[in-house]
Amino acid sequence: MANYAELIPVNVITGFLGSGKTTLLQRLLRSPNMARTAVLINEFGEVGLDHLLVQPVDESVVLLQSGCICCTIRDDLNTSLRDLLSKRQRKQVPQFDRVVIETTGLADPAPILYTLFAEPVLRHHFRLGTVITTVDAVNAERHVTGNIEGVKQVALADHLVLTKTDIADPAAVAQARRILARINPSARKFDACTDPIDALILLESDPYDPATKSAAVQEWFKDESLRDGGIDKQHQHPPHHDSRHDQQIASFSLSFDGALDWTAFGIWLTMLLNRHGENVLRVKGILNVRDMDVPIVINGVQHLVHPPAHLNAWPSPDRRSHLVFITRGMDQARLRRSLAAFNRLSVEAVAA
Amino acid sequence: MCGLCGIFQGGNHWTDGSAVLAPEIQRTRRHDRLHRVAITNKVLKFYGLKLADWHGSTYVLSGPTGQSQIIDNIAALWPAAESMRKRPLDPLDDKLIAALERS
Repeated sequence: MANYAELIPVNVITGFLGSGKTTLLQRLLRSPNMARTAVLINEFGEVGLDHLLVQPVDESVVLLQSGCICCTIRDDLNTSLRDLLSKRQRKQVPQFDRVVIETTGLADPAPILYTLFAEPVLRHHFRLGTVITTVDAVNAERHVTGNIEGVKQVALADHLVLTKTDIADPAAVAQARRILARINPSARKFDACTDPIDALILLESDPYDPATKSAAVQEWFKDESLRDGGIDKQHQHPPHHDSRHDQQIASFSLSFDGALDWTAFGIWLTMLLNRHGENVLRVKGILNVRDMDVPIVINGVQHLVHPPAHLNAWPSPDRRSHLVFITRGMDQARLRRSLAAFNRLSVEAVAA
Repeated sequence: MCGLCGIFQGGNHWTDGSAVLAPEIQRTRRHDRLHRVAITNKVLKFYGLKLADWHGSTYVLSGPTGQSQIIDNIAALWPAAESMRKRPLDPLDDKLIAALERS
């Protein structure tokens, strides 16, 4: 199997209906850096509007036929990616070194990510790249309050692109920013109207690209609330309306002073994700692993964990382990106590 | 695939030490597996289960009544253990945490 960093990255662009996914994709496709990118689009509704709009990418476009990505995409995506790979090998499509998938607005992105991790052929050729979620500033609140898919789209994202800030009421824009910061403080945020939309940053800046991984990991901890042990956002914003999906989401960080035992950490995280993976929307972090001079980067989405990556050096003088969680209804203090208890077992095992 | 018994072996799981530890300080694969088994057994003891390394290629999970199951990696262990004990195995269970802290 090829080195993980050498696999073809697959980026996922998701976001609710009308949130500007296709506009973002069009902007990205204009970049010369996107020349060797294949695009998979899920057609939704009677008119394949998305397909028409991204026509300029020509033969790189493969249209997925299923209407609802949530329940049928795994097979479709599997078939489409295999087909794309086969055509690439037979030189029936231009050579590509990246794939971008645009999901339907109603999609829960998790099954797409699962397909890439779990399908035996795909995982030997592709790896998950960044997940980009567009959020329309006018409808941000509606996007996340009534739909768990909307919350998951925000929570699973590596990059969040706030759109329509030029036509939204300033108060709505401010509220949208608060919502995004609360659900996913570690994602990098972009304003589609004022920030440059750079394909290199949005698509390539991930912890598995040797050129960008250190910077990408530092971005995770840029948010003030995720420093020095973190702040339980549930405590900052008490859930007055428990039925709101976004209010059930809490993001926090756990920091550990001593080195962690990699084996104990793996046992703990696999056990945690087996029982609570559905509620651990994201877990990512930088770990000080016993017997290692350089940090290990861990990155998980629900039940799935990317292979760990090394950084070449610590990005700052801080040598503590930091884990960022985005969870649904989980207790921060109990997570910390549980990991500490598991880590303690390793000391005993070594001593025994 | 193991030529002797025909068991398919999966690729390296992300929890494998060989995926993480620098080559100069990598323990032997066997040591790594035994270390994993030792720690896992401290957790499984709470549930009356036991894990053993099997020929350095897979693991065998055993229950108190003699049931046993072959396990490919640690991620596959937990669903199998839950199925064997017919109860959830929760690392956030206060009783488990307290037992681990006492051990």
